[in-house]
Amino acid sequence: MKDGVNGVALGVFIFFFLAVTVMGFLAARWRRAADEQSLDEWGLGGRSFGTWVTWFLLGGDLYTAYTFVAVPAAIYAAGAAGFFAVPYTILVYPLIFTFLPRLWSVSHKHGYVTTSDFVRGRFGSKGLSLAVAVTGILATMPYIALQLVGIQAVLDVMGVGGGENTNWFVKDLPLLIAFGVLAAYTYSSGLRAPALIAFVKDTLIYIVIAVAIIYIPIKLGGFDEIFKAASDKYTAAGAGGLVPAQAGQWTYATLALGSALALFMYPHSITATLSSRSREVIRRNTTILPLYSLMLGLLALLGFMAIAAGVKVTNGQLAIPQLFENMFPDWFAGVAFAAIGIGALVPAAIMSIAAANLFTRNIYKDFIRPDATPQQETRVSKLVSLLVKVGALVFVLTMDKTVAINFQLLGGIWILQTFPALVGGLFTRWFHRWALLGGWAVGMLYGTIAAYGVASPTQKHFGGSSKEIPGIGEIGYLGLTAFVLNVVVSVVLTFALRAFNAPDGVDETSPQDYTADAGDPGVETELPPATADSTH
Amino acid sequence: MSDVSDVPDAPKVEPPVVTPVRVVIALCLIAPFVAMLWVGSYAKTDPAFIGIPFFYWYQMLWVLVSTALTVTAYQLWQRDQRARASQGGGAAK
Repeated sequence: MKDGVNGVALGVFIFFFLAVTVMGFLAARWRRAADEQSLDEWGLGGRSFGTWVTWFLLGGDLYTAYTFVAVPAAIYAAGAAGFFAVPYTILVYPLIFTFLPRLWSVSHKHGYVTTSDFVRGRFGSKGLSLAVAVTGILATMPYIALQLVGIQAVLDVMGVGGGENTNWFVKDLPLLIAFGVLAAYTYSSGLRAPALIAFVKDTLIYIVIAVAIIYIPIKLGGFDEIFKAASDKYTAAGAGGLVPAQAGQWTYATLALGSALALFMYPHSITATLSSRSREVIRRNTTILPLYSLMLGLLALLGFMAIAAGVKVTNGQLAIPQLFENMFPDWFAGVAFAAIGIGALVPAAIMSIAAANLFTRNIYKDFIRPDATPQQETRVSKLVSLLVKVGALVFVLTMDKTVAINFQLLGGIWILQTFPALVGGLFTRWFHRWALLGGWAVGMLYGTIAAYGVASPTQKHFGGSSKEIPGIGEIGYLGLTAFVLNVVVSVVLTFALRAFNAPDGVDETSPQDYTADAGDPGVETELPPATADSTH
Repeated sequence: MSDVSDVPDAPKVEPPVVTPVRVVIALCLIAPFVAMLWVGSYAKTDPAFIGIPFFYWYQMLWVLVSTALTVTAYQLWQRDQRARASQGGGAAK
């Protein structure tokens, strides 16, 4: 790593950062609606986004700064195994093509803001809804923290992270400023801020990737050389390789499938989806979002380039920022760093909004203040979005980075356990609400214990996310194992509860609700107020 | 397929739930799962493309293939829905 501050790169970085800050605050006036105090406005951008805004928003939301840093870092360290992110994002789109339009319709019809709203409405169970909400919040918090880790990696490489001898305040000041600004415009503009900033973020990312994937291989002597260097490194290290070994194939496939199933269970993905204007916007988006998968694949290849370029870092997450600094002229390195830095702000904003909505709708309103007005809901949500971010900041500043990464790993396993209630509920009411709760509990418990028991060369616990699948004997993603267990328990318990005639909850939805589109009776652009749907 | 459960409330003139078009849509959506989860079919380095091992370019190619399949599914689905809407007097959607 070069010593001192890279002035030119830092200047470019600050320029872009200021530009998006201004945009973030101005966003409050973008497409403003009459009733700006409702949660629909602040938390879902008025549910008004068309195909392109949704595309940028979802892309900016799902492909986070941490992804940009971690995926190539995994390739840098282990080779082929890290490439599972590509089949993972391929599988996401057929999945969401199938179930998200239904969620959109039913949410629009009944004014649902979160997945827990839907689960409560469908199964008439506050307990199940609470379980989904708590899982969502728990899974989102460390994810926000990891966005900060992404910014930190960039700041470190630019030389503003400070050395060991600077005191903690100077060291963390840039991060504190970045986060303060983020918190302020999220508070004032809600979901409109990240939606607008996502345009800048994705444009920068696409430019950087397009340049990197052409410019760097030319400088390194072509892909032949790059993969040869990588292959030599893996052989010398005795770990990793250019293709997954026989034993690693189950892991690869289960990780891809499990992650694909989990992605749209995350509250921030759902928030971005529900903010779209119509059902067709979502289906159309499944046909254009894969452009991001292609970008992710190219980005992953940068991990090999870092090896070939002789980047030596002990912390793998610095590999890509360091590669940019070594290969690009200073000003363009600044653009690349800005892309990653802004790439952290967009998802962090959406995640904090999503977590805040969950808290407000499914904990505050359901359990603390059932008579809250839409204005009160919005106020609580805004405050909670601040708290969530402060929590993430404290987390990153006070604890070791590996703690955030461990929790993120657990978060992925946990969030997958809400799949049966949510997606199951979208297609059938056959599952019993208590059975789903039981399945969720078993999945959470198994996933957590199993993850705790995974050791790695550097960690005694939470050393990875794969483990032997009981009964099959292959190594697989334990989130998926927990999910299968969850489904089995849900099915068995449903049979049992039906046999004993356990009472069903009240279903406030009807079959037509799941296919309704904007313009249908009851799904006019004029939505019912977010609180009018309550049956409690 | 996905929207099978939509149909029960529709008028009696409604065509059957499973039609050849819907089977094709289902196949379009299932194909990426078969291709991607069968890791053994592509866990090899040869043939390479401009120096990129097979494992990598094959999966990136599947990004494009699966996109084409989803687009096909989307268009078939829209046509299916339009046909049903005109048959069912606009009631089914």
